[in-house]
Amino acid sequence: MNIQLKRTFSLIEIILGLCAMAFALYLDFTGSESSYRGILLVAGLILAVAGLFILPVKKHRAIVNILFLLPVLLTFFFTVLNPFIQGIFLSMTDWNGIKFTKFTGIENYITMFRSGDYIYSFLITFLFTILNMISVNITAFVLALLCTSKVRGKNFYRASFFLPNLIGGIVLGYVWQFIFNKVFTAAIAGSQSMLTDPNLALLAILIVSTWQYAGYIMMIYVTGLQGVPRDIMEASNVDGANWWVTLRKIKIPMIANTFTVCLFLTLVNSFKQFDLNFAITNGAPSRILQGKAILSTEFMALNIYKTAIAKNEYALGQTKAVVFFIVLAVVSLTQVSINKKKEVEL
Amino acid sequence: MKKQKINLRFAELIGILLSVVVLLPFVLVLFNSSKKSADIVISPIMPPRHMGQLFTNLSNVIHNQNFSYWKSFSSSFIITVVSLALLSLFSGMAAWVLVRNKKTWSNIIFMLFVAAMVIPFQVVMLPLLSTFRNLSVFTGIQFLNSYTGIIFAYLGFGGSMSIFILHGFIKGIPYELEEAAWIDGCSPEGTFFRIIFPLLKPVQMTVLILNGIWIWNDYLLPSLMLGLNGRIKTLPIAVSSFVGSYVKQWDLILTAALLAMIPIIILFIFAQRQIIQGMVEGAIK
Repeated sequence: MNIQLKRTFSLIEIILGLCAMAFALYLDFTGSESSYRGILLVAGLILAVAGLFILPVKKHRAIVNILFLLPVLLTFFFTVLNPFIQGIFLSMTDWNGIKFTKFTGIENYITMFRSGDYIYSFLITFLFTILNMISVNITAFVLALLCTSKVRGKNFYRASFFLPNLIGGIVLGYVWQFIFNKVFTAAIAGSQSMLTDPNLALLAILIVSTWQYAGYIMMIYVTGLQGVPRDIMEASNVDGANWWVTLRKIKIPMIANTFTVCLFLTLVNSFKQFDLNFAITNGAPSRILQGKAILSTEFMALNIYKTAIAKNEYALGQTKAVVFFIVLAVVSLTQVSINKKKEVEL
Repeated sequence: MKKQKINLRFAELIGILLSVVVLLPFVLVLFNSSKKSADIVISPIMPPRHMGQLFTNLSNVIHNQNFSYWKSFSSSFIITVVSLALLSLFSGMAAWVLVRNKKTWSNIIFMLFVAAMVIPFQVVMLPLLSTFRNLSVFTGIQFLNSYTGIIFAYLGFGGSMSIFILHGFIKGIPYELEEAAWIDGCSPEGTFFRIIFPLLKPVQMTVLILNGIWIWNDYLLPSLMLGLNGRIKTLPIAVSSFVGSYVKQWDLILTAALLAMIPIIILFIFAQRQIIQGMVEGAIK
């Protein structure tokens, strides 16, 4: 096709596309509920973009750049950026999920910090995060040492330790609810289910979380341990260092950055824990605190979800979410910077 | 030497024990979905007396109105596959543009994507719903309770990490390759689709696996956007609403859980190495 024809063709395409979009918008503003306007809008957009794409101009490269970035930027804007900025604003209003009537400033934040259940779930999330970081990382590291030693069948161990991590938290949560409520109580005759005692219920979630996540973290430690140069290991062997000394003086310092990665991942993962929490206990059982019943295992993510979806307090839920974000950002950045410093010292 | 050998045997014993402990829940699911409800109450630990009950339970659950396995399986499948295909294509395109234009704007956009990885889903989930509701009203396209909307959302949420991973990889591809193509008369889009995109194969594997596991197992986003009793149900939603309607009917619930686990376990058996490698590489980068 010659250039002139191509140009005319693409220009017609662009104009048609723009017209289609304009007509769709016109339908929208006149309040038409016709379901065709969506199709018209998208078709117009595609037509205009396609026309722009084949338009023979010097700036073709720039057009390609824009068109290549457009899909991700568009979806990113509507799903992350816009809701995020909106969310911060909405946390300072009396929003009910659909519209808000007045700007309330920091009132929601005050209400939130006064409510006992939020403070409690804040603290319990921290407690869980710390315990989970410790238990997941120790388990994972021990498993990784096992899987990088000379034992037979280590590929099988690796695969089986890794498997739980692939199944979703919701499904696993229900399975473990069954195990805690039926299997464990049957195995130890006459015992109560762990999920009925506030402290044991937290332990139960911790067990499942470690069971699920340790295999994943283990694989990262395995990768780190395999990266330790063989000649250094051999040298330490020749020098007569035993297993324990090699581990402490060589392996652990050599994989300091693996520790940073793993600690960061477990920190963020435990802090955001929702699925297991939702499926295993859904916050139960309650605990009496200062004369009030408070759900004992309701982590922050679940607390936010329940405040908004179950109790229909959207503005308050959003406020809690904003604070959740700030805390998560501060804690994870602090953790990374502390670990980075440690790496340098070593 | 002898002592070392004993230690090794000891370690093997621990390995076997641990993998038994780790795999036990899966075995228990299989055992108990092969029992009648009454048998579970009597002994939830013992193997079932006859495996035949498994098939009865399976067919009960598969054909159950509240679970509708094939429908929710295919919904999950469609959502995951379409999201993954679009994610790998669009993120690849965007990452390539961002790498090859060393300008301020490309840095800003890239930093924006990286920074967004810190944002937990809870912060955006509520305004997301209202944004999508407004978008539906404005464009006339159904964004809530539809495939369009949820795939759109997965593109938005998955884009950050995918671009981050792909960006790192594309930086390592020599620019001379593109220059050569350009001299031979290849257009910019041709350069990307014919030269760069095929080269991304190993790293796209990581992107696909990380996003695939996440999208397939995700509960919160579909539960908000599709609703618990909506037209479209993903597998986790189906399991959850099934549990809600058959409280403590453990034989049925565990069979449903088994059905939800099977596809991924089969996949894992066939693509073990790729899956493990993909997920670990994604975490380290």
